[in-house]
Amino acid sequence: MTAPSDVSSHAMASARWRISEVAFWVLALGCAFLFPSRYLIMTDIVRLGLFALSLDLILGYAGIVSLGHAAFFGVGAYAAGLLALHGIINEPVIALVAAGLVAAVLGFLTSFLVIRGVDLTRLMVTLGIALLLEALAERFSDITGGTDGLQGIEMQPILGLFAFDMFGRTGLFYSLVVLFILFLLARRVVHSPFGLSLRAIKNNPLRAAAIGVPVNRRLIAIYTLAAFYAGIAGALFTQTTALASLDVFSFERSADLMLVLVIGGTGYLYGGLIGAVVFKMLQELFQSITPQYWLFWIGLVLVVIVMVGRARIHRFVLFVPNLIIRQLAGRKAAVAVPESDAS
Amino acid sequence: MTIALETRNLEKSFGGLRVTRDLSLKVMQGARHALIGPNGAGKTTVINQLTGVLTPNSGRILLEDHDITGLSVHRRVLRGLSRTFQINQLYADLTPLETIGLAVSERMGRGGDWWRRMGTRADVNAEIAELLSRFHLLDVMTELTSTLPYGKQRLLEIAVAIAAKPRVLLLDEPAAGVPESERHDILAAVAALPRDVTVLLIEHDMDLVFSFADRISVLVNGGLLTEGAPDEVARDPQVRAVYLGEAADA
Repeated sequence: MTAPSDVSSHAMASARWRISEVAFWVLALGCAFLFPSRYLIMTDIVRLGLFALSLDLILGYAGIVSLGHAAFFGVGAYAAGLLALHGIINEPVIALVAAGLVAAVLGFLTSFLVIRGVDLTRLMVTLGIALLLEALAERFSDITGGTDGLQGIEMQPILGLFAFDMFGRTGLFYSLVVLFILFLLARRVVHSPFGLSLRAIKNNPLRAAAIGVPVNRRLIAIYTLAAFYAGIAGALFTQTTALASLDVFSFERSADLMLVLVIGGTGYLYGGLIGAVVFKMLQELFQSITPQYWLFWIGLVLVVIVMVGRARIHRFVLFVPNLIIRQLAGRKAAVAVPESDAS
Repeated sequence: MTIALETRNLEKSFGGLRVTRDLSLKVMQGARHALIGPNGAGKTTVINQLTGVLTPNSGRILLEDHDITGLSVHRRVLRGLSRTFQINQLYADLTPLETIGLAVSERMGRGGDWWRRMGTRADVNAEIAELLSRFHLLDVMTELTSTLPYGKQRLLEIAVAIAAKPRVLLLDEPAAGVPESERHDILAAVAALPRDVTVLLIEHDMDLVFSFADRISVLVNGGLLTEGAPDEVARDPQVRAVYLGEAADA
């Protein structure tokens, strides 16, 4: 093999679809068909997964920490709610994109505050923006419905064809399709030169600038994109539940998101999705055991994850699946292991 | 002869401390210019001002007769001024392939492409391959930078700077900390830099300076002590007293 073609194939290797990835999506779709009684919780997971994917884009790839990601979720949620409530845009898909764009505009405007400063500054600024929006939503209750939230939202059929049903079946498949499309886009972005430049900035901003990367412009771009994703997640929330209330902005929502990524890991796109599944299932489990003290157990799990190390847990959990795949595929195959761990 | 890089009356203070004093330097086109000076002479501060990490309090910096004093770091790179770092400033989680691929993409103005996958542009690939092989990095191109031997990291450091196709290259102690066994590769890489690239070398290692440079500027306490051809500088009693004498004692 000549050197350039060798370079090309190695450079493209990380973007190639792995068996485990295909398996992941087949499994996700399978679950949607297999558990018709669990549509609502699965929709919840898909939404949280998309929301976490959004945070992963800025945290896992660009190294921007945020404790206020709910700001964009909330703006997307209210935008979708208001669009539907006042009949401005009735078709859900168009309304979804519009709500995402509103969040993206907010993301663009606030990105100038966020890209300055270091981690602690960013935590405070993002947190502050979310709190600010929550207060504004409460203050302008004639628009947002205040503490009661938006009421009486009626969703029109998707594309004029698929009506939302009371079991949440349409809602789930709708959410899954949106998640998958946005996942494909995110996957494309992170494997592009642009995505590579984000990882370089995360590793070493000083050096990134020294090879000609316009650091601030790239951070603004990814922050805006992440805001769009979070806005879509929020809009999905409103559209599938026909609700939008002040808690879409809540600090707990932003904080939960961090927990999801701590559980699932950052920087390989699946962290948010896997984290969302595990987080919701743990929440369900602990709530059924001790309805009052489930937070205690979530806390315990977090401490264990951080102390033991995610890589070690992953290896342990994936030992058997890895073994099977390796036997079948007859080569070094990677199951859902973070990239840093797989190589 | 044209001037590739010039500073005019550069001044920089941190609080009451003057770290660059009225520094006027001229680096000629195609030169192998070395900037030497004892520890604390302000060499790194000069580099940081040249590259735009620090802004001088007064004075001007000119790259090929264009005033670049107010330009940001990445714009200077795109104008043809590139540097290596004294302490490795590489991307620990990226491979040499990715590191160089990014540098090449950025130089071609392709770094913002978000829809195109890495490895799909033939011109970029060819250049990456050429750089990897020139700097003996082909065999380790898919390994994480943080796991490479120090000498390989130093080579990558130089390769990344070269990937920006600079017309002026600032080498900040390229051989610092490299074990004896790996030094040869670094020195060979430095010696093999294209002649049309102007090099300003900041170095402690006198053997390297005198084997490489055709002109030497001596920096002491932030100001220029003397400047000249290597043999003149080596003979200069002031330099011997201030710098070489101190180095010999150390």
